[in-house]
Order: sequence, then C-alpha cells, then structure tokens
Amino acid sequence: MSNQTTFEPKIVAFLCNWCTYAGADLAGTGRKQYQANVRIIKLPCTGGIDPLFLIKAFERGADGILVSGCHPGDCHYNTGNYHARRRWNVFKPLLEFCGINPDRIQFSWISAAEGGKWVETINGVIDAVRALGPFEGYQKINAIGPAGSGEGFVSSSDKGCECK
Amino acid sequence: MIEALRKKAEELLRSNTVNVVFGYGEGSTPERTRPVFITKPEDVNKLTWNQYCVYNLTTYLKRQETRKLGKPAIIVKGCDAKTVIVLIKESQIKREDVYILGVTCQGVGEPLAVKCKACDVHTPRIYDDLVGEKVENKELSFDERYAELDEYEKMSEKGKWEFWQKQFEKCIKCYACSNICPLCFCDRCIVEKNQPQWIDPSAHARGNLSWNVTRAYHLAGRCINCEECQRVCPADIPLNLLNKKLAKEAEKNFNYRPGYNIDDELAMSTYNAKDNQDFVK
Ligand code: SF4
Ligand code: SF4
Ligand code: SF4
Repeated sequence: MSNQTTFEPKIVAFLCNWCTYAGADLAGTGRKQYQANVRIIKLPCTGGIDPLFLIKAFERGADGILVSGCHPGDCHYNTGNYHARRRWNVFKPLLEFCGINPDRIQFSWISAAEGGKWVETINGVIDAVRALGPFEGYQKINAIGPAGSGEGFVSSSDKGCECK
Repeated sequence: MIEALRKKAEELLRSNTVNVVFGYGEGSTPERTRPVFITKPEDVNKLTWNQYCVYNLTTYLKRQETRKLGKPAIIVKGCDAKTVIVLIKESQIKREDVYILGVTCQGVGEPLAVKCKACDVHTPRIYDDLVGEKVENKELSFDERYAELDEYEKMSEKGKWEFWQKQFEKCIKCYACSNICPLCFCDRCIVEKNQPQWIDPSAHARGNLSWNVTRAYHLAGRCINCEECQRVCPADIPLNLLNKKLAKEAEKNFNYRPGYNIDDELAMSTYNAKDNQDFVK
C-alpha cells in the first residue's frame, strides 16, 4: 500500500431507488460536486438489503460503506425502512464488536428532494474513511500472495495457478 | 427423579399420547449421555437424567428423521424450553404437536456450563408436565445477564479485530454449529447457495468473517443461549460471545428476550416506529 497521503478510499453506497438514489441523481442534475470515491448500487428498498451485502462489499475491497434510504414514514413499500432500521440496530453493533470501526459503516435517510444532503453525507463518509486509512485488516486476508499486496479480493481462478 | 421421568414416559407411550420420547440415555462413559428415542414403553429404562445431560434435544424437533417417528414428548431443561417457545412462535411446530416434559435443574456440565452460572430458568417456563423439585428462578439484572461480555466489549478496536480474526481463522467451515442449533432450520442454508456464492465455502480466513457473522446474525433476537453451537465447535471458537452480544442488543433496543414469553412478538419480524436511530444520519 502506498503512503497515506495518496490513499483514496473506496466507498460502496447501497441506495434505495425511490429516495436516496433519486436524491443523488438530483445532485447530479443540479451539477453539485462531490468526491468521486463512491460506487453506487441501486436497490429497490433498504428493506431488501441483506446485511451480507455489506460484509461482501468489505470482502471485495471496500474501505467504507453507506446505506441510505427514505426517511421513516416515506418508504415506497410503507415499512421497508423500518424493518431495515431494526436490522441495523443489531448488525452495526455486531460488526463493531468484531473490531470494525463504526465510521466504516454508515447509514442515512436522504429523500429524493435532498440533493444537498446527499452531497454533504457522502463527502462526510469519504472524509471519515480517508482519515481512517485503508481497511487493511480485511484486505490483507483477501489478498492471495504476499500479505497486503493491496489487490483486494482475487479468486484463485482469476489469477491462474499459484504454485508455479 | 429418573424413576418419575421413566414412569411418565411409559404412561405417555402406553396411552398413545405420544409416539416417541426424546430423552437422554447413558453414554459410553459415566460423564457422557447420549440422545435416545424411545418408542416402546418397555424401553423407558434407557432414559436417564443427571448433571451430564447438557445437550439441547430440541434440535431433533427440526429433523426429518426424527419427525417421522410421530408425535414426540421431549425432555427439556429450562434453557431448552425456551427453544420450544421460539419454535412455536416461528411456526416450526404447533403447541399441540409436542408434549413438553420439563425437568428442573440446578446446572449441568463438568465443569459447570457457563449458561448455568447465570441461569434464570431452573424451572422451565413452559411444560405439560414438570418432573423434579421446583427450583426458584432468580431474577437477574440486565448487567448480570451480559456480564460475560464486559471484558470483550472493553477491548480496543484493533484488539477486537485481532481477537476475532484469530478466532475466525480457526474455523474449518464444518457447519457443526448450524447443524446442532435447534433454531437453524432453513432447508437450504445460505452457505449452500452458489449462484451467486455469497459465502466462500473454503476454509480460508477470507470468507470466515462472513460465515461466522452471518450465522450469529441469523440468530439475532432468536438465539436462546443454549450454548450448543459453541460446545460442538471443533475449533473452540467462542461463538457464544457473538450470540450474547446480539441478545444484548436485541434486549437493549427492542426490550425482547427470546423464549421467555410465548405472547411476545418476535423481535426481528416486526418493528416499532420509535426504534432507535441515533446512528442514522
Ligand atoms: S441454563 Fe439453567 S436450565 Fe439450562 S442447564 Fe443450566 S441450570 Fe439448567
Ligand atoms: S445459536 Fe447456539 S446458543 Fe443460540 S440457540 Fe443456536 S445453538 Fe443455541
Ligand atoms: S462449528 Fe466452528 S469450525 Fe465448524 S463451521 Fe461452526 S464456527 Fe466453524
């Protein structure tokens, strides 16, 4: 891994189609600038986000994650975000218990009208994770070959035979 | 007590109230017991009861092979009885389809199992028949219930990560933990799904966090702390700490304790508009 000053975090954002995704879209059409470290994954509802998605993102090399959906009461499917919130209430502390910094995994409510809040939130997540540095703990395990080669998850079939 | 248990079992089988009794039998050495499935009244002498009856027999309520035996009577300690409550709540069994033979107990295992040190269900909270002297259930405070976690929650973030990675690294993905768990009953576990493959099946440290965390998380608000998963883990991973942590969060946030009250709504299949969201931006 190169030195800290050039580290640019990889952030995965799981966004609900109806609110936050539309909010991020609004920020785009309004030509609001935000840092380019985020990969957005659009999903129908926060209620459909399996916590395993979040672990998988870390496993595949994310340094931080944002999950965001509609404000309580505004869910397109009425209660998806309430159910999601219940899960996060136990899932987040579980990851913290396993030693994952709470700043690496964040949650927000951002509506379709809140382009400004999207910019602020995602910049905040990116800055917080940049300050933490790369999620080396996981990336080291994932790399096949010398520890910390920084390649993230590479399955052995992608790389061909390792034993030569 | 053993005599009372045998007599009751015989009665239930003779009267055809049940077709089979799930109980404990003698093992290969005195410190061992094994599960026995008694279908004939003349076999009830195979039943035993002692401090080595650690297993939670309710795991057999979910198995195809044992379900085929017909309506069971099952011997449960206080902790095991909580499983039956959860299984009924989760529509896995009907109350009338199982005969609950509760036994009171003062603790099992040699040395005494951790769960017994903080036990508040010496007398089961649900049963059709109770065998043994009633034991007063002492009420424990929230802090007392989760005292086991204190030293682990206090560790630094790095310390926690290193501790758990060292534990998870040992996991050989044998799935004994989920096989034994009476509340792990999906026909097809997420680890068996390979299109897409969410959890790496190899015993490489890479996918072990996802497996161990997912197993624990799927038991959130459901695990009744029988400690069976930890007991069978060949790698000695303290799975119980993860289960306890989730139980603590479920109780703290939703004021819910699985298996205590058959009228409570299941914590993770409902929500409250007022649920905590301090951590949401
Ligand atoms: S936890 Fe309680 S009911 Fe269960 S074995 Fe120990 S003492 Fe008995
Ligand atoms: S997760 Fe472990 S302690 Fe909890 S119910 Fe299952 S086997 Fe028992
Ligand atoms: S029993 Fe232990 S070694 Fe086996 S899969 Fe579960 S945690 Fe891993």
